[in-house]
Amino acid sequence: MKSTGPTLAIARNTFTELVRQKVFFFLLIFALLVIGNSAFMAKFSFQEQFQMLKDISLGAMSVFTSLIAILATANFLPKDMEDRTIYTLLAKPVPRYRYLLGKLLGILALLGAATLLMTALFLITLWLRENSVLAETRAQLAAATPEEQSLAIKEVTDATFNINLLPGIAVIFIKSALLASMTLFISSFATSSIFTILMASALYFIGHLQTTAREYWLSGTAVEWWSRLLAASVAILFPDLQAFNLTDDIIAGTAVPLALFLNTAGLGILYVAVYFALAALVFSGREL
Amino acid sequence: MNARKFAALGLLCLFGGAALPLQFRLQCEAQAAHFHKTALSIDLRERIGQAGFLAALSGFRSPLAALLWIEAHTAWENTEWGRMAGLFETVTTLQPRSLPYWDMAAWHMAWNASVAALQNEKQPSEALRIRAQRAYIQLGKDFLERGILNNPDRPQLHIQLGVLLRDKLEDHCGAAEEFLKASKYPDAPPYSARFAGYEMAKCPGREREAYDYLKNLYNEGEKQRLPSLINLLREMENKLEIPESERIEFHASH
Repeated sequence: MKSTGPTLAIARNTFTELVRQKVFFFLLIFALLVIGNSAFMAKFSFQEQFQMLKDISLGAMSVFTSLIAILATANFLPKDMEDRTIYTLLAKPVPRYRYLLGKLLGILALLGAATLLMTALFLITLWLRENSVLAETRAQLAAATPEEQSLAIKEVTDATFNINLLPGIAVIFIKSALLASMTLFISSFATSSIFTILMASALYFIGHLQTTAREYWLSGTAVEWWSRLLAASVAILFPDLQAFNLTDDIIAGTAVPLALFLNTAGLGILYVAVYFALAALVFSGREL
Repeated sequence: MNARKFAALGLLCLFGGAALPLQFRLQCEAQAAHFHKTALSIDLRERIGQAGFLAALSGFRSPLAALLWIEAHTAWENTEWGRMAGLFETVTTLQPRSLPYWDMAAWHMAWNASVAALQNEKQPSEALRIRAQRAYIQLGKDFLERGILNNPDRPQLHIQLGVLLRDKLEDHCGAAEEFLKASKYPDAPPYSARFAGYEMAKCPGREREAYDYLKNLYNEGEKQRLPSLINLLREMENKLEIPESERIEFHASH
């Protein structure tokens, strides 16, 4: 307990500080998107409504968690240096890696809380819409046979909540944790938060192209050597963020095999650990 | 750059190299489970523009598809059939595993656009109106066929294709085949098997096969013994001159 104490204290402090910065106000926008979308979609068929509600909600969840991960992580080191709190902290017997770990855990706690709140809001909206469509369906099919009624009800329930949405949301969280850890690594040698944000944003896009670069490099197509070298550099230096985009297909009804989920989560956690270790290595030698 | 930064870069390269086989295996595993099937080609880039393509590349395929679907709905309200067809093409390319998109795109084309083409007052030639009507029905059929290719693990689009072949093209043999394919999926609705039999009965040369098939369904129990199935079986027994002892009334009385 004694050894984890300072780390957890830093994590708690980071979380509180971020909450005080009114980070959770983004939830208002998320709520507007989800509820507004739900009300606006009334003119579509129920299959289209639920499809779009899931599309927009999970898309927004992915955008918000990615933005929070990059912006919150990029900001803390320059801010702590400007406020001079980092000097007070590191003057105590707190190793630098523990300071970074505490900060990262605080941000991950914030990301976890944000993901849980958005998930709850999304599921409540989905449940309310489902109940309203089910009531309509039951009223319309009051005179139908029990088989027709149960088929119609099954069609509605199949189009709404799907257990695979949960691993999909978990992967959104893991992807945001990876982005936070990657931003922490950049921040460990960056001189300003703007540089960190720009670099992390660029890496976000490059990371999504990593699969293409890897395929291009490994396909063995006869191209210029420098072109293959560039593709190889992208494939080796950047994380494969496309691997964490499972929700697009989950929304469309594709089931996630447990092995695929566990392997994706495992790869994400491995990336988080590696980027954190690299950040700790660089930060331990940094002149403050 | 100090030694630690060099060491970090070296370690990053080492980890990147070691992670490649993991990433490759994960990609194969995902594709086998029907993930990441969207082909983001230059053709798609031209259709959705640079910003849209960037969004699709950045993991926002589904929200982009939803926005384009809303645009297609607006095009429907303005009866811009050509624009709708183009938008449907893009949406289904972005989300090939989404059944409602294939289903609704096919329905709009084969039912709404085809009827609008036939009733087009601006086209005086009836022959051209009929040609346009057929083209839209064919487009709807094409959406369903491509949807099936992208979703070989699901029965719903086979059923919709069966309905289209039955109601729009009066191709009962083709419809029977599609309903039959749908009925073989474990999660197929029970009516798909009955529909296969009904259409088979209308397919020239397959009447006897249809009778045996429908009788097997009848023998499955009360759940399949709907009035339409019993009436059709009786009709076919008379038409095919089935011996009394083999008729369903005989079985039912025992």
